[in-house]
Amino acid sequence: MPTLREIGNEAKLLLIGIPVLIWTLIPIYHMFLFAISPKQDAFAGKLWPDHPTLQNFRVVFNQQHYFLRDFWAQFGNSVVIAVAVGALTLVIATSAAFAISRLRIRGGRAVMNLALFTYFIPAAFLAVPMYRTMGTYGLLNNHWSLILAMVTIASPYAIWVLKQASDKLPLELDEAAVMDGATPLQLFRMVYLPLMLPSLVAVGTYALLLAWNEYLYAFLLLSNDADITLPVALGNFLAADDSPWELLMTTGFIYALPPAAVYYAFRKYMVGGLTAGAVKS
Amino acid sequence: MTAITYYPEPRSRPLAARLSTPQVWGVVMLAPYLLVFLAFVVYPISYGLWLARHPASYVALYNDPVFLRAVVNTLIFLVIGINFKMLVALFLSGFFVQSRAWIRWLSVLFILPWAVPSIPTILSVRFMFNPEWGVINNLIFKFTAEDGPNWLNDPAIGLTLAILVHIWKSLPFWTLILMTGRLAISTDMFEAADVDGANWWQKFRYITWPSMRTLYLTCTLLSMIWTLGDFNSVYLLTGGGPADLTHVLSTLGIRYLRLDQLDLAMASIVCAMPLVLPLVYFMMKRLSR
Repeated sequence: MPTLREIGNEAKLLLIGIPVLIWTLIPIYHMFLFAISPKQDAFAGKLWPDHPTLQNFRVVFNQQHYFLRDFWAQFGNSVVIAVAVGALTLVIATSAAFAISRLRIRGGRAVMNLALFTYFIPAAFLAVPMYRTMGTYGLLNNHWSLILAMVTIASPYAIWVLKQASDKLPLELDEAAVMDGATPLQLFRMVYLPLMLPSLVAVGTYALLLAWNEYLYAFLLLSNDADITLPVALGNFLAADDSPWELLMTTGFIYALPPAAVYYAFRKYMVGGLTAGAVKS
Repeated sequence: MTAITYYPEPRSRPLAARLSTPQVWGVVMLAPYLLVFLAFVVYPISYGLWLARHPASYVALYNDPVFLRAVVNTLIFLVIGINFKMLVALFLSGFFVQSRAWIRWLSVLFILPWAVPSIPTILSVRFMFNPEWGVINNLIFKFTAEDGPNWLNDPAIGLTLAILVHIWKSLPFWTLILMTGRLAISTDMFEAADVDGANWWQKFRYITWPSMRTLYLTCTLLSMIWTLGDFNSVYLLTGGGPADLTHVLSTLGIRYLRLDQLDLAMASIVCAMPLVLPLVYFMMKRLSR
């Protein structure tokens, strides 16, 4: 039998838990509700539509609206850019972390500090000069501009996390490999990469999600309807007063699903690899 | 940590040996990042600072009421918004470390705002608060037969909602970080405190807080730096409006950029540096140890 005190305790916890649950879910549920409601139901302020439907998804997938005529192209842009940023960041950050942490290259510490400095500049402040620079390089409206900008933003943290992780690998491993005549490249390929795999997954996922979710840089650097990524397309819905909100919410829902799925699939790595490194006390 | 070098110490050797294979490889492997850093960090920043060199830009900024308003809004966002968020995160971290099955399930859902991209959810909130069609004013009309407030067209409410959207998005992350801090505290101390008959406040004041203080401070500063760059919460919710009254520094820079006043955009960013650089310096000291 639970005592009165235990019941009181449980009630107090519920009194915190229920508002937290409602607070967390309302914006997402609101979006979901619009995605499955026919237009006339959506605005009635009901908690569940009378006739839930997938019609909105059909309209989006078939690009049957003025705002959606480039949906698949934009979806493809988002995928290509996110994958490219994930892959490039992995290559750049892994080799940099290896050079700093395992080869102990001179000046490595200074490079690390420069990278950390970049990590702490608020991204919106770097965006203004970055926009101008991309213009100078002639990369505006080219996917490379967004890819390179996102790699710039993602790699400092990636290098830092990978350096922290690789400092923990025992030096004896490298020594043994060098004794056996391994060149640095062999050391990198056969000893370093396999041991770093969990951190590599975490960092690759981090960069991928960062690029998929980015709005500001995408909005500044790309402008043609067929070149932009999905979040920019979502923002463009706001340009008109009579925006089809139910289609906007449906597109937003489709756009939000992949990163949420990736996040939950790699949650183990993300929590272990990233948040532990995010704030060292 | 002491650096143990197993490759020959480069400095004491002649030049040919100093350029040993590992060092050469190290330079080659570091080169891609250095190139990215030079091309997309050093060059843009130097160019930006060069653009912001005229004192006239700062006079123009000072005379622009939108700029002063944005500074005030940014300070409100940071001082009130972030501290409120971190206090809530500290409180909720204590809630989520309770060992109950339903709290574990709740914590999985609680991460959702952090896991989903911010754009669709911000637009969802924006739509909720639409004065004519939004669900909030629909409900207010249903129950009171009166029109609800014109939410996002009121600068004070607009800014408050932007802060709340920011909190909605990032609260799970900070709660998670503070949870790891709480879980690192040995349970022995709490058991000893229970034996001594300490109440929850005494336990928090004398056990939890002393071991979390540094982490909490670090998190608050880091969150302030990141929030300075939070463009989405304000831009997509209010667009800086009504009448440019809800801008913060991050949206203001982009506003000047769109108006083709690049010197003003850079000058406004330079004005934020006295706020940013001490925070950055402090964080670098902490993290590069």
